[in-house]
Amino acid sequence: MNTENSLPQFAICILEEQTQLTLTDLCRACAVHAERIIELVDVGVLEPLGREPARWRFGGASLHRARMALRLQRDLDIDLAGAALALELLDEIESLRSRLRALGGEY
Amino acid sequence: MEFKDYYKIIGVARDATQDEIKRSYRKLARKYHPDVSKEADAEARFKELGEAYEVLKDAEKRVAYDQLGANWKGGEEFRPPPDWNAGFEFSGGDGADYSDFFASLFGKDFRAGGAGRASFRAKGEDHHAKVLIDLEDTYQGATRTITLRVPGVDAQGHGVTRERVLNVTIPKGIREGQHIRLGGQGSAGMGEGTAGDLYLQVEFRAHPLYRVDGRDLYLDLPVAPWEAALGATVKVPTLGGIVELKIPEGSGSGRKLRLKGRGIPGDPPGDCYVILVIALPPADTEAAKDFYRKMAQELNFNPRAKMGV
Repeated sequence: MNTENSLPQFAICILEEQTQLTLTDLCRACAVHAERIIELVDVGVLEPLGREPARWRFGGASLHRARMALRLQRDLDIDLAGAALALELLDEIESLRSRLRALGGEY
Repeated sequence: MEFKDYYKIIGVARDATQDEIKRSYRKLARKYHPDVSKEADAEARFKELGEAYEVLKDAEKRVAYDQLGANWKGGEEFRPPPDWNAGFEFSGGDGADYSDFFASLFGKDFRAGGAGRASFRAKGEDHHAKVLIDLEDTYQGATRTITLRVPGVDAQGHGVTRERVLNVTIPKGIREGQHIRLGGQGSAGMGEGTAGDLYLQVEFRAHPLYRVDGRDLYLDLPVAPWEAALGATVKVPTLGGIVELKIPEGSGSGRKLRLKGRGIPGDPPGDCYVILVIALPPADTEAAKDFYRKMAQELNFNPRAKMGV
């Protein structure tokens, strides 16, 4: 193998700025079957580009959202619609907290 | 090892019904779920809760646990009784990471985790960790040495924690909450399978000057009363260096001025909002006091005029 550099070189990227994740990528990263990801698209947790599952392209932020929704569903024994609602409310809380911090408040 | 009071952890009495245990568990699980809770020890609390529920929801395990007696206190030094486990056989479990106390009572097999062992060729597990960086690191991009504590298993099969040191390039313009993906830096794959990936979630260390909202920065800038009243050009520290800012005549405290493109880099870059804070010169000399008295006489000013007093 050709080792030009003594330091290991990692392929680094910002996950959220990737926009080309396929259904297979997402399944692999979340360690679930495709049906689970399709359910997440059905309840609106994930919004891929492209018409049919084989052509879907997900943004990088989808990975984190999918994992979170699946964890909430599994750990709290709620359905996916409930997990979707929780996710939306958590997003809203996070953006409010961020605003509050910026304005110099608590959090 | 420490005794764990599973009833106390779930918050029920020792004679609680299965329904009461389930209700209390669910309520606390929602409260301490690491994705929901902002409390620092949420993850540990949630894990402990899961372990307690694993025992108390299962009739057999609960009976076995109850046999230890009611006199134990949480945190007390514990050794399983010599005749422990006689007549009990436990099965199931989902491979979660349980405590030594749990393992000593219900066996170590629970820890091993069944997933992935069967398939010979599987991609390695992805790893997730948080990384704390300075705001300056995202402005310029930086290389940071990061130490991760990785759970592993030693030659005797005991769970151990290894330290792993990585040199990580922080990409310029990364924002709070985003993830750096390091391909192939997770667990090794099984057989021919490729290694998993490592995801680092970025958090910013609190900065002495700037507050962050997405790509935008907020800075409180002290100004003298005459700078605010008469207008002035003053120096402002930004991440990219000192810039000059024109303060318009007649500015009040709290006025927000925008330095376009002076926030976190990106396409488009964020802005830096400067919030004016009027700083009063101290009246600590006779001359300064005279000056304030003169202002009081000559400026016909009632700061509470709008309150009607």
